[in-house]
Amino acid sequence: MRALLSGNEAVARGAWEAGCRVATAYPGTPSTEILENIIKYPEISCEWSVNEKVAMEVAAGACFAGARVLVAMKHVGLNVAADPFFTMGYSGVTGGMIVVSADDPGMWSSQNEQDNRHYGRHAKVPVLEPADSSETKLFAKLAFAISEKFDTPVLLRLTTRVCHSSSPVDLGKRKEVAVKGYARDVRKRLVLPAHARVLHAAVEERLRKLAAYGEVFPHNRIEWGKKSLGIITSGVAYQYAKEVFPDASFLKLALTYPLPAKLIKKFARQVKRLIVVEEGDSILETEIKAMGVRVTGKDRIPRCGELTPDVLRNSFATKRKRTKAAPDVPARSPVLCPGCPHRGVFYIVNKLKLVSTGDIGCYTLGALPPLNAMDTCVCMGASVTNAQGLEKALGKEFSKKVVAVLGDSTFFHSGITGLVNAVYNRANLTLLILDNFTTAMTGHQPHPGTGRLAKGEPGKRVPPEEVAKGCGAGLVEVVNPNDLRATEEAMKEGLAFDGVAVLIFRRPCALLVKPRPALRIDAELCNGCRLCLRIGCPAMSLVFPEARDKALAAVDASLCVGCGLCAQLCMRAAIKMAGETGAQS
Amino acid sequence: MRNPEGEMTNVVICGVGGQGIILASDVLCQAAFLDGLDVKKSEVHGMAQRGGSVITHVRFGDKVYSPLIEQSTCDYMLAFEKLEALRYVEYLTMHSDIIVDDREIPPMSVLVGDARYPADIEQRLAKYGKVHMIDATNVAAELGNQRVVNTVLLGVLSQFLDLDEKCWHDAIKQHVKEQYAGLNIEAFDRGRKLAG
Repeated sequence: MRALLSGNEAVARGAWEAGCRVATAYPGTPSTEILENIIKYPEISCEWSVNEKVAMEVAAGACFAGARVLVAMKHVGLNVAADPFFTMGYSGVTGGMIVVSADDPGMWSSQNEQDNRHYGRHAKVPVLEPADSSETKLFAKLAFAISEKFDTPVLLRLTTRVCHSSSPVDLGKRKEVAVKGYARDVRKRLVLPAHARVLHAAVEERLRKLAAYGEVFPHNRIEWGKKSLGIITSGVAYQYAKEVFPDASFLKLALTYPLPAKLIKKFARQVKRLIVVEEGDSILETEIKAMGVRVTGKDRIPRCGELTPDVLRNSFATKRKRTKAAPDVPARSPVLCPGCPHRGVFYIVNKLKLVSTGDIGCYTLGALPPLNAMDTCVCMGASVTNAQGLEKALGKEFSKKVVAVLGDSTFFHSGITGLVNAVYNRANLTLLILDNFTTAMTGHQPHPGTGRLAKGEPGKRVPPEEVAKGCGAGLVEVVNPNDLRATEEAMKEGLAFDGVAVLIFRRPCALLVKPRPALRIDAELCNGCRLCLRIGCPAMSLVFPEARDKALAAVDASLCVGCGLCAQLCMRAAIKMAGETGAQS
Repeated sequence: MRNPEGEMTNVVICGVGGQGIILASDVLCQAAFLDGLDVKKSEVHGMAQRGGSVITHVRFGDKVYSPLIEQSTCDYMLAFEKLEALRYVEYLTMHSDIIVDDREIPPMSVLVGDARYPADIEQRLAKYGKVHMIDATNVAAELGNQRVVNTVLLGVLSQFLDLDEKCWHDAIKQHVKEQYAGLNIEAFDRGRKLAG
């Protein structure tokens, strides 16, 4: 049977067909749908782990038990998980282990465009790069085989355009692979210096064997075309190069670390001009140059941004008449949704003119106008620690106008260690946890604060307020963020508190609750003052009726979910909740 | 008509996050796949949603390499919002069919008064091909469910593509919840009969 699958669905399908038993992940675009699809297979035990390091370590434990395991994350997630990843590179595997890194060239939803192919070389782990969904499924299966044959985890490196593109895939059956069971092997798994010295030598030997395997690996393949131009490429870049240079000869690499030097030199000898077409950093090109092969690529192809057929064509100035983009099209940035419970918090942060160290999630959108309520965004959990650092440098007085802001899922991911650090080091810190009971940005995955597990079964709920108390925060309060007065008072109290204050602004994500009837404007009372526009709600706008000498606020009833935040701002009580009538009493 | 130049058809679907653009792309893609063609679809998730601008690329033909459409090579644009049609004209040729829902959703920059919503979008789009303004919102209202606007528009698009009607219907059935399949097929059929 043949079906259309996205790259992420194909990873899930490939893992399932290959007899994968355990899968772990922390959600992150563009990787999230990998575990979301694995969840559908009853044969695979899976979890949303609290962060990528935990996911990698749980997967490593299952691998020690001899199960085929998969761990998935976005590119920056591998930074979090790098510590166990490197050690697993030495330790090797018992059951096959795939580490999926979903990179995000172009930063569609990320803070950087790091090229995680570097991690293969760095951790001495083989890298497979599929170019479409069909290859992704195939390579996920091959990765288990390579992992077990060479006693190594395998890095399956995807990019946004592989993860989020769909193409036809042949579906196969699942082949059960027995869990080998646990057998003590301290020389392999107790990675102490004495053992690691032996393991490192084995790793170097393994790389030599893998390089030899790459010479005969059938998916490192040559497609002969005209020999005037030879192209070495991998991943989705292959697809773009086929569009732009349809007549060229191709060496399409699938196993991109370690590289097959003989195959590359053989190809190079037979073509007149040789270029490497790769997205991101110069990884293939640098390695191939180190082999003594004359090649170019990054002298023309940009390192920054996503590679596209257009970018590639422009890099080589292939002539083509092009349509220009239309000028003066107003930007449409993403916005906090109508009724988003984060909005009230950011309105108050802006109103009190606070310095706000931010974090990663939907709530990073609080940085945009008109809220402008976030100053920093570094990485998961850095809101807490950045705020503490500001106090270290600028003193206690400064900390009285600083808030650290992060979401519930991010708090569990990496906020808790920073919180313990702040308590222990006697910081003055006001931490705002925006608790919407979900990991909203990536599509509503559960986390410890929700008490639900990956497959929907009940878990044990870990309330963030209990965590905060247990960590030693001096003041812990739960506040309704849709009550602007309560939000402002709580924030002032937290800032005045001597020590660590944790304020939990709790209200479910607006996308998960039934909308209430839309609000409406009383045209008699509205004087067009624009105060209600300051919360940046997409349902609220200003109109200029002809029969009126002043502007009038307007609510888009198809968008409004009736949260009532705007009504709290109106000085003239012109914004009415459903059922409310007449002038204010 | 399928692109007479060769074997490839390129369709851009664009609009505002939350309008059902991804679902519409899935249905189109599936219809072409069921009709026996090679297909690729590309989309972006995450930050790109949440009321932001969204674009998906759908390509089908005998053999598709790139999941991304090149500038100036898009045969058909299906825009769920007028401003979003204008945002992506660089993909259009001078002869594209541009199907636009006659709907304006002002972005935040317009709502807060920093920018103006262009008044002349239809005229500006006309430079890039034939503009088909569709009142899909009204058709969906007649059917009693605003959520089927995207399916009405797919019906309009289907008039231009040489894909089997049964493949369209099957694709819809495979991608919408069972209880909404009938309604969506009705919406699609209405769109298929609307004057483009």
